[in-house]
Amino acid sequence: MTLFIEQLFNGLQLGTMLFLMASGLTLVFGVMGLINLAHGSFYMVGAYATALATAATGSFLVGLAAGIAAAAAVGALVELIVIRRLYHRPHLDQVLATFALILIFSEGTRWLFGSSPLWLNPPALLAGSVTLPGGLRYPLFRLVIIAVGVAVAVGMYFLISRTRLGMRIRAGESDREMIGALGVDIARLYTLVFAMGAALAGLAGALVGALQSVQVGMGEPVLILAFVVIVIGGIGSIKGALYGAILVGVVDTLGRVFLPLFFRQFMPSSEAAGVGAAIAAMLIYILMAVILAFKPKGLFAANE
Amino acid sequence: MSDVVLSLAHLNKRFGALQATRDVSLDLRPGEIHALIGPNGAGKSTLIGQIAGSLRPDTGSIVLAGQEITSLSVAQRARLGLGRSFQISSLAEPLSVKRNVMIAVQALQGHSFRFWKPVHRDESLLAPAMAALERMALAHRADTAVAELSHGERRQVEVACALALKPRVLLLDEPMAGLGPEGSARLTELLEALKREVPILLIEHDMDAVFRLADRISVLVDGAVIAHGDSATIRANPQVREAYLGETTC
Amino acid sequence: MNKPDTPTLAPQPGLPTPAASWHDRKGLVQIGLLALLLLAPLAAHLLGHVYYVNLASRVTLVAMAAVGLNLAIGYGGMVSFGHAAYFGLGGYVAGISAYHAFDFTPVIAWPIAIPGSDSMLAIWLAALVLCGLLALVIGAISLRTTGVYFIMITLAFAQMMYYFANSWPTYGGEDGLPIYLRNSLPWVDTNDALTFFLICFAGLVLSLALTSRIMKSRFGAALTMARLNDTRLATAGIAPYPVRLVAFVISAMITGLAGALYADLNGFVSPTMLSWHMSGELMVIVILGGVGRLYGPLAGAILFVMMETLLGGLTEYWKLFLGLVLLFVVLFAKHGVMGWLAGRERHE
Repeated sequence: MTLFIEQLFNGLQLGTMLFLMASGLTLVFGVMGLINLAHGSFYMVGAYATALATAATGSFLVGLAAGIAAAAAVGALVELIVIRRLYHRPHLDQVLATFALILIFSEGTRWLFGSSPLWLNPPALLAGSVTLPGGLRYPLFRLVIIAVGVAVAVGMYFLISRTRLGMRIRAGESDREMIGALGVDIARLYTLVFAMGAALAGLAGALVGALQSVQVGMGEPVLILAFVVIVIGGIGSIKGALYGAILVGVVDTLGRVFLPLFFRQFMPSSEAAGVGAAIAAMLIYILMAVILAFKPKGLFAANE
Repeated sequence: MSDVVLSLAHLNKRFGALQATRDVSLDLRPGEIHALIGPNGAGKSTLIGQIAGSLRPDTGSIVLAGQEITSLSVAQRARLGLGRSFQISSLAEPLSVKRNVMIAVQALQGHSFRFWKPVHRDESLLAPAMAALERMALAHRADTAVAELSHGERRQVEVACALALKPRVLLLDEPMAGLGPEGSARLTELLEALKREVPILLIEHDMDAVFRLADRISVLVDGAVIAHGDSATIRANPQVREAYLGETTC
Repeated sequence: MNKPDTPTLAPQPGLPTPAASWHDRKGLVQIGLLALLLLAPLAAHLLGHVYYVNLASRVTLVAMAAVGLNLAIGYGGMVSFGHAAYFGLGGYVAGISAYHAFDFTPVIAWPIAIPGSDSMLAIWLAALVLCGLLALVIGAISLRTTGVYFIMITLAFAQMMYYFANSWPTYGGEDGLPIYLRNSLPWVDTNDALTFFLICFAGLVLSLALTSRIMKSRFGAALTMARLNDTRLATAGIAPYPVRLVAFVISAMITGLAGALYADLNGFVSPTMLSWHMSGELMVIVILGGVGRLYGPLAGAILFVMMETLLGGLTEYWKLFLGLVLLFVVLFAKHGVMGWLAGRERHE
């Protein structure tokens, strides 16, 4: 039972990180109609900048701020130079151009910092673990990550439903021409939204970097999971991204732990580990296929 | 019953709070042009969608040549003989006029999963396509790309595509829209000649064309048919004058 | 087609250029590309450079995989970001079959015993069938959606295959599976580099001929209309979905066959062949060459492998430059190498 609760927390933690990635992706798609593969690069930029700034200053918080700022700045720059030429292009062009950006970012980073991972430790203050009600000891830093994810989700909700910027974003989602006619500076709004998405990805990269390691290509598996999340949730829907992220995070984590255990019931344990791991690796994709079979536009389709 | 090629019975369609189609019943007989008119927002597009199959009515039924088609797809309805043209031209722009019409002939013959024989000199596709273009007086433009056609010519190609299906019914969605007086006079003439061959349900804004072409007219306002009759009846109907002519001034 | 009366008439954008000269130029470029691909390894063989013969085989197979993808993307308008799934599955068919033939163990013992085989003919058949079936399932689900959904879903399914191969221990997991002895064909020595190249070359020419033939047929006409305007296709009475699905399956089978040969070329198959970088690179090749152009994938593959070899020889970070070139092509040179060599494509 404690194993289950512990893994449930791990799933939530993965889910909240996926939400940070997916919300940016889905916002950029909803508002600008753009599919952005390079979103994983901002995740990597955030992690690298945090690792370097933390190493230089000795403060994780300063490093984190630097990481978010760097991701946002790189995001804004990329939007100004490349992305804004892609809004009216077919999706194929968007995919290829942002694939090119991945190559440029990944190889550029490898060139600058080498192939070996950088180390980034969570701050000493958050290094220990806490005892949860029920007697489970759980790493504090992971709890903080979940809390950050929840805080961002709440923040996004207020931003989108209660602020002027949020109103413009919603207007942009429903009618791109309309919002231009209202006199909103679309170019600036787009840069802002894009940089915001990049900052969230950078935040996720920094936090996960402290948990695992900071290396080239770290954004790619997360990016693809985030795609699965927004396909499940409905592209363009923040709410869908939230539910999709939690669903994918929990299903993936629990599957990896419990499927091998499940198969051990009726096959030799070495084989069970292999079969269980292989099926667990496919689990969320099967989940996606099943959901799409019933709802081709995802659970919370934004623009029907 | 054999007197009716297409009949709509008690169609209703609702989008949320908006009742876009209210208990619409109408029919189309052989050899006639039945015009459907109504001000903007009257629900014409929704009704066409239901007839063509891109929308499903909530209740009611649609019968084409004795066969219930209410729950069939667009492609299935087309195969049963429902030819339509679109309000906004929906041709493949880079392809030649000929190729646009040939796809309809190919559909009619039902052999689209043939992978080997080249189509570009396939007489069994080309001849009926050219005949349809001939009907619309466009044979001389057969090899031109649609992208290079004038607005009026595209309308004619649209109708030719529908004709190539050898349809039992033609559903024409504002074929005169955006045509100059000359173009619309020309198309009126072509449709006039066509109606004996295939009955036409004509959705149209151009009142001159409607009064000249239509044998019967139904008036749609707020999703419901408020009047029905020949052009003289409709012209005289005070309700129509108020709801429709008063509003659009055309 | 009538020649224009005035011989000085300059070709204008939007107007069909005189058909004869246009066909000549395109035909010359196409024959030139094929001749280049055929003659370069022949020369290398005569000079004793086996490396370059194998390099030509690599160009050929990558081109063939991209020919398959081009049928989906270029002709069918289906932006599949998951063709590595079929490329890799084809590779694994070759690898797994050879592995069991080497071991004298069955591939499947139950319900019917299927033995391994080192015969390329059996392997190709199996690769075609399995890739076709996989594409049928993936396509049937993915083609219910369009646009960005389709891109992401095809990507996700390919990733599923990737992670599955990665974590399935029997066939080497992430380390991959070596093919110790190249699979064989009756009467010819597949171990000879030039012979193997010629087999690959035949595969490429066949897939080009097949694509060309299909696109000129009624099916091709329907697929073209599905890409350009699927409302028009449906209105004519042809449902777009089955047309797209069949094209998607054929596309995957071509790519899968290329994958089976590719594993034999390298004597090795690993999850890398299934990775999304592979899907991306195949797309890049299609785009570099010119999307929807019959010979675009060949032009793109030549350019891609040349860049990989030349730039890769200079710097370990050659993909940085690949990224820059790709970005330039996408933003400013949309018609790719074939557009530049052979002029704009013109529809009949």
